[in-house]
Amino acid sequence: MSWALDNLDLVWELTLHHIRLSIVPIVLAFVLAIPLGWIANRNKTSRAIVVTTGSLLYTIPSLPLFVILPVIIGTRVLDETNLVVALLIYGVALMMRSATDALGSVDATVLQAADAMGYSAWARFWRVELPLAGPVLLAGIRVVSVSTIALVSVGIIIGSRNLGYLFQDGKQRDILAEVGTGIVASLLIALVFDLIIVLLGRLTLPWTRSDAKRSGSRGSSSQGSDDEALREDPVVATYGEQQR
Amino acid sequence: MNFVLDALRYIFDPASWAAGATSPLPLGDRLVEHLEYTAISAGAAALIALPLGFYIGHTGRWRQTVIGVTGAMRALPALGVLFFITMVAGYQLPFLVAATVGSLIALTLLAIPSILAGAYSGLESVDRQTIDAARANGMTEMQILFRVEIPLALPLIIGGLRAAVLQVIATATIASFAGLGGLGRVITSGIALNDFTVILAGALLVTALALVVDGLFAIVQKLTATRFEAGARSGADASVAAVGPE
Repeated sequence: MSWALDNLDLVWELTLHHIRLSIVPIVLAFVLAIPLGWIANRNKTSRAIVVTTGSLLYTIPSLPLFVILPVIIGTRVLDETNLVVALLIYGVALMMRSATDALGSVDATVLQAADAMGYSAWARFWRVELPLAGPVLLAGIRVVSVSTIALVSVGIIIGSRNLGYLFQDGKQRDILAEVGTGIVASLLIALVFDLIIVLLGRLTLPWTRSDAKRSGSRGSSSQGSDDEALREDPVVATYGEQQR
Repeated sequence: MNFVLDALRYIFDPASWAAGATSPLPLGDRLVEHLEYTAISAGAAALIALPLGFYIGHTGRWRQTVIGVTGAMRALPALGVLFFITMVAGYQLPFLVAATVGSLIALTLLAIPSILAGAYSGLESVDRQTIDAARANGMTEMQILFRVEIPLALPLIIGGLRAAVLQVIATATIASFAGLGGLGRVITSGIALNDFTVILAGALLVTALALVVDGLFAIVQKLTATRFEAGARSGADASVAAVGPE
């Protein structure tokens, strides 16, 4: 505790770097995954391509990806871009599976009703499909946020300045409190990001809140029957090709 | 592309695999080490997480708590946990084993969330009516668990193991910075020697290993899934196919 207090300036500076490095991949992953999820729901072939690509990309171990990327995208080995691009690849890989499931979970009869009411394909997507897919998208981006923030610190190995510095420096100088401070700070960032995402979800999807209250007061619904319980763990789902 | 060709040449050079070559060679030894670490850590994590996941999935107790804990464990930065645990191990254990034991404990810890999530979400995905039917047929809770729930949940349980094993393969690579052996050694040596060919060779080897293991898991997962779907298609209810002839 005293180590963290004595070095508050350093910890704060590294925390800001850590946040800066994680925010870009998280936001971009969300934005890029939605069109990919939409494409995946067009037909069986596009779905197979998106799901398999996501699973394969997510399989590539992090450190190897960090050092292979410079060869592919032509950056310098110690360039920060490598870390951000690698995190973006993992984020998109995870998120496009979530987006595929989210958009696929929208009831077909609802879409037909929207068509019958005269929605254009564009308006139907923005005003019917996307809002209804919201809760599953939200669950997906929460996992992306948590895993991205945890992974940023590995970037210290390829020269990025972030909370990983506390791990490396703490190990080299044998200061356990420094490593511990880094872990706690990283967990705190993940927690704050998660709270912000949940809050944004409440603001943009106000109806999900009242739904939760109603199903809670219903009481009779047996556990495992509501949407929340049946939703698969996103990381596990990334590795499952079969539709259940 | 020259870098990649150099790296491939390094990987396929018989001298890189010859016994007695200097560190980080021979590559075969590093590969075997990597597989050993993966088997030990994923195995230990499965011993802890599977029974716990089955209990939660079957009873529905502690569900919210465990979902929270799983999420929090996913937020743990792997590099920090590796360094923290190996340092603590260093204070308690003899110098020669501290890095290995510490790293294996950290890898086990990091593999638990995915296995746990696969186990409880797999059991939860089983149709409630199927379980009620099994209970009405006079099955004991243990029979329901082992003959109905686990067989039906198998694709998701294996999905959890798959995620965990791949995470261990990736994190074991990073663990070479905490003093563990394995293929990560090739990358750390490359960094120390400032030799990008060696770094890239190590990276390509780990990636290839991960993709091969992933492929094997995909095949197993497909086999377990289709076995029951075939049973369901042949007119019998999926639960009957899972229970099989008494």
